[in-house]
Amino acid sequence: MDSITQFLDGNMLSIYLLIFAIFLGFELISKVPSVLHTPLMSGANAISGIVLVGSIFFLRMADPSDTFSLVIGSIAMIMAMINIVGGFAVTNRMLAMFKKKPKQ
Amino acid sequence: MTVYFQLAYLVGAVLFILGLRGLSDPKTARGGNLRAALGMGIAIVASLLYPLGDSPDNFIWIIGALIIGAIIGWISSTKVQMTSMPQLVSIFNGLGGGSAMLLAFVEYLNLQKGGQFSAGLTTLTILFTLLVGAISFSGSILAYLKLDGKVKDKHVTLPKHQFVNIILLLATIAAVGYAMFNPSMTSLIIATVVSLIYGFSFVAPIGGADMPVVISLLNSVTGISAATAGYLYNNQIMILGGILVGASGTILTVLMCRAMNRSLMNVLVGGFTATGAAAAGAEGVDQGTVQPTQAIDVAILLNYAEKVIMVPGYGMAVAQAQKQAKELDEVLTKKGVEVLYGIHPVAGRMPGHMNVLLAEVDIDYDKLLDLDDCNSNLGDTDIVLVVGANDVVNPSALDDTSSSIYGMPVLEVWRAKKVIVFKRSMKPGYAGIQNPLFFKDNTNMLFGDAGATLKAILNELKTLD
Repeated sequence: MDSITQFLDGNMLSIYLLIFAIFLGFELISKVPSVLHTPLMSGANAISGIVLVGSIFFLRMADPSDTFSLVIGSIAMIMAMINIVGGFAVTNRMLAMFKKKPKQ
Repeated sequence: MTVYFQLAYLVGAVLFILGLRGLSDPKTARGGNLRAALGMGIAIVASLLYPLGDSPDNFIWIIGALIIGAIIGWISSTKVQMTSMPQLVSIFNGLGGGSAMLLAFVEYLNLQKGGQFSAGLTTLTILFTLLVGAISFSGSILAYLKLDGKVKDKHVTLPKHQFVNIILLLATIAAVGYAMFNPSMTSLIIATVVSLIYGFSFVAPIGGADMPVVISLLNSVTGISAATAGYLYNNQIMILGGILVGASGTILTVLMCRAMNRSLMNVLVGGFTATGAAAAGAEGVDQGTVQPTQAIDVAILLNYAEKVIMVPGYGMAVAQAQKQAKELDEVLTKKGVEVLYGIHPVAGRMPGHMNVLLAEVDIDYDKLLDLDDCNSNLGDTDIVLVVGANDVVNPSALDDTSSSIYGMPVLEVWRAKKVIVFKRSMKPGYAGIQNPLFFKDNTNMLFGDAGATLKAILNELKTLD
């Protein structure tokens, strides 16, 4: 029990962030027209590649003689980077098609 | 010094929020996406430069990995055809989850090696990230294989699959719990493998029209894994970005379930396993006979129609028939026929899938009718062309309580004067259930590849001038 109260005490701001972010996510999306569902999902998907930041910190702090960690960390990084670059690029490609064309 | 980097993260986080907000309106969507990408760029640069004292940095590894990932991501996003978009989004999503899983894997080993291992919150966070990331990874890979037609539902669904899933879930929790209190490489590998199997098995029974829902759900799961990884590094932008995706993905999932008039639970338990009475009955009960027709007859009907509604489905994507659909639209519009499109919220394999395909060929989105608009337009429509759609125009959803799609709002195309169904054969749709629409008096079947038959109609129409 002590460790839980201690954790809450030390992380109150993070917990606020968590709760507010949940509400924010709900609010941002609740009125999206169905035409945008696919680009929205793929754009949000690219944002989840933010896990890349974790792999950057992991690799920067990894022991250079620990090849196993370096290899696994790099694979994690490549995967997240594909998610990010591919996700944003494909969303952009989809949205480019939605551009309002001038009426004939 | 670190305060500047924290500020950069804050700017990145604000850009994520502005980006998502932009993405929710057609006018601002493109800018929104670019803003989110800029936020990501700032977060990456800030993390690369963040002062870490005398850390070894390993920049060669980092830069190499960043470049390889960027090249693969860029090439796959530009090369893939619009029709394969759902598969691509699934794969990207799985990679994000897989990244979180691997990260948790090596962090666990670090803790164990460093001798700081304790069954505390840090370990719990690591194992939770591992579990959620693994589910997203293997689940998305299976979703990809299913969407790509490489795996059929029946190949991966066991009898009493929901029971199997519950057992697997308990086994996963047990394995993760074991790894929490017994730090070793073996327990870590067991936890990882069992989590991967659970993710696979979790998606296995879900199929058919439920595919868009599961993709959106997996998207949200990946966001959660990124957020929990953020707690590991005490990194606010990871937490915020991950939770935003988790929450927005959940909302999108719920919106889609609502569009099908079903609960998320009902979707997950697999209403589309095609073992329902309707599927069984379809083979035994004589539904009547279908009336096949020819391209020339359809062309003549279209020539004298005033209002035509096209209902696209996944079959149109498979046949790449959107270009022919657009041509037909142009020819008919020139003849003074009003051409509209009825878009069901879950048509295709991804939410909004049909909108993307029709936008690709420049069809004006004022012509796209959503479910309610389309249904109120059908009464005075002369001809409905059902191009590769099946389950979303199935009357069983309204009147057959034994059908697995009973209760789902559908496009009531049979209320039009004439319905032409473009279909390869009489095989049931993706959901594996029979469609009484095909046997109605005002329905004609036009067999063949949708692209080829549309082309044939176009040729006939030209000779009618």
